[in-house]
Amino acid sequence: MNDKPATNWSTELYGEILARHATREGALLPILHDVQAALGYVPEAAIADIAHGLNLTRAEVHGTVSFYHDFRNRPPGRQVIRLCQAEACQARGARAVTAALEARLGVPLGQSTPDGGLSLEAVYCLGLCASGPSAMVGDRPVARLAPDALEALFDETAA
Amino acid sequence: MTVRVFIPGDMVAAAVGGDRVAEAIRREAQARGVTIAIIRTGSRGLFELEPLVEVDTAAGRIGYARVGARLVSSLADAGLFEGRPGHPACVGHVDQLDFLKRQTRLTFARCGVVDPASIEDYRAHGGWRGLEAALSLGPDAVVDAVKRSGLRGRGGAGFPTGPKWETVRAAPGARKYIVCNADEGDSGTFADRMLMEGDPFLLIEGMAIAGFAVRAEKGYLYIRSEYPFAITAMQRAIDACYAAGLLGSGVAGSKTRFDLEIRVGAGAYVCGEETALLESIEGKRGQVRAKPPLPAHRGLFGQPTVINNVLSFAAVPFILAEGAAAYASFGMGRSRGTMPIQLAGDIRNGGLFETAFGVTLGALVDDIGGGTLSGRPVRAVQVGGPLGAYFPRRLFDTPFDYEAFTARGGLIGHGGVVVFNDSVDLMQQARFAFEFCAIESCGKCTPCRVGSTRGVEVIDRIVAGQNATANLALVEDLCETMKLGSLCALGGFTPYPVMSALTHFPEDFGLARQVEPAL
Repeated sequence: MNDKPATNWSTELYGEILARHATREGALLPILHDVQAALGYVPEAAIADIAHGLNLTRAEVHGTVSFYHDFRNRPPGRQVIRLCQAEACQARGARAVTAALEARLGVPLGQSTPDGGLSLEAVYCLGLCASGPSAMVGDRPVARLAPDALEALFDETAA
Repeated sequence: MTVRVFIPGDMVAAAVGGDRVAEAIRREAQARGVTIAIIRTGSRGLFELEPLVEVDTAAGRIGYARVGARLVSSLADAGLFEGRPGHPACVGHVDQLDFLKRQTRLTFARCGVVDPASIEDYRAHGGWRGLEAALSLGPDAVVDAVKRSGLRGRGGAGFPTGPKWETVRAAPGARKYIVCNADEGDSGTFADRMLMEGDPFLLIEGMAIAGFAVRAEKGYLYIRSEYPFAITAMQRAIDACYAAGLLGSGVAGSKTRFDLEIRVGAGAYVCGEETALLESIEGKRGQVRAKPPLPAHRGLFGQPTVINNVLSFAAVPFILAEGAAAYASFGMGRSRGTMPIQLAGDIRNGGLFETAFGVTLGALVDDIGGGTLSGRPVRAVQVGGPLGAYFPRRLFDTPFDYEAFTARGGLIGHGGVVVFNDSVDLMQQARFAFEFCAIESCGKCTPCRVGSTRGVEVIDRIVAGQNATANLALVEDLCETMKLGSLCALGGFTPYPVMSALTHFPEDFGLARQVEPAL
């Protein structure tokens, strides 16, 4: 459900993205978001091209990419689960849910399954703080998770 | 006759099956030959009841709580489409629910009621009256009204909004900007999200009024990437405003120009700090700027900039439409108007409670909130997000007011209240405060960048039982350094959760409880 289009970094893709934001002031973040939306991550080749296109140094673009938690420098798993680790979800049992999910998948938070099928990431607050523990499965929000009822994370028709 | 059915389409409803419920209701109506119109609203803010389906009747809107797709058929049998009571899920008249009836909703009056995709519905519910009043009053009178309302920044710092606007209005500059901070990263807060998803035109109206008041022709709305539903709702509303002549050149038939553009954050908590947010819009690392200069003098792209929180802008249309005195008549002391308080964590009636300043913490947690959802005793309440203090029950008489919370070593911040039951370990929470600061530090100043990591290490030593007394003294010393030496509130306020945990819950750190400190 969260399969990324199998697109590679190319001059055409870059031209398309750059044209979309040509008239914006401070266009770097919108461009990086579009690159990641297309590829699932921001490849090294993109950094050089973007720097050239925006008249920035590669260091400036790399510095921006590496600053923000959202931007990845390598492809994520085909499925990404982002589990909220912030206080309001902690107060509703997020630590136990996290441990149960880590045990079930066999990977700790912040890593991907060995087959690259699934990435488990931390997120600090989704704004669902009275309905936690909560998570994003791809672009689908889920809430009211329980350690013994994690099906909502995997089955779109659950809950 | 068409039956109007209201189903929230906000992020919480989506997370608990709202879309499947909407589809099931559509099919059920079709199968029964009932003509219905489904309106996807924002949330009323009673999250334990979601998905809360409402059916319009001659006597008002009747609610059905925690509706699941599998429940729809039995609900229809029991008269869902006629709004009949009788089914156990029916909660009666939604407006009469205690949690809503006790609120003073000035900012959130329309949220969960109107169709957030409809500009006409917004107007029908009193929208655009603030902007119309502003355009007829003129810029000086608008700034004056905001000043007289006593409105203070709802993002957390509580800086008076009117004087900020006045500074930008007076500042020389060919270009000026309006920036809305919708980087609502504090855990336990969701008011900005709710408002953007449920009543997006209100925020646009507030920002357009600000643009008119200070003569800024361009606005940026910076929304965190964790809020995809808010981004969609706001973009849809902005597009509708351009089509209706309410944005762009000649706002609402005037000679004023105002353009509005959304920028999406990228998962950096520190970008909620205003200068880091400005850097982020400029396409840079979200690093905090040293102040002065204030953004009001040199803000976005070096130009005079009004930067306010979502709730601050959203309070303005009421102030212009109903008058500054009407707004200022609510509240206590120097905290005027209403505060959208957000009840979260282990709490029975979690959700949004907008009320005049002055309600006590205890009333919010025990009475309005109904205590814990788990049924366990309340042990600690963190107010004001990850940088807010942990309050013990002993301090539940503290009134919700900027100054009162400051006097007790805390802050109200953006109005988040996170309830913890008796299973909480405050030493673990203090460690988390340092850890979160280390993860999110922008790295510019040393006390925050290094102090946060050292804090985690020192707490780990205490947990391991190494020289606890000396290490606790070190934690206090470190907190003092971070508080006084950090460039912004991230490093500067991390000591609030840490020191409040240590002061009010010493037993969790292996210390004997001291004589209760005088307040």
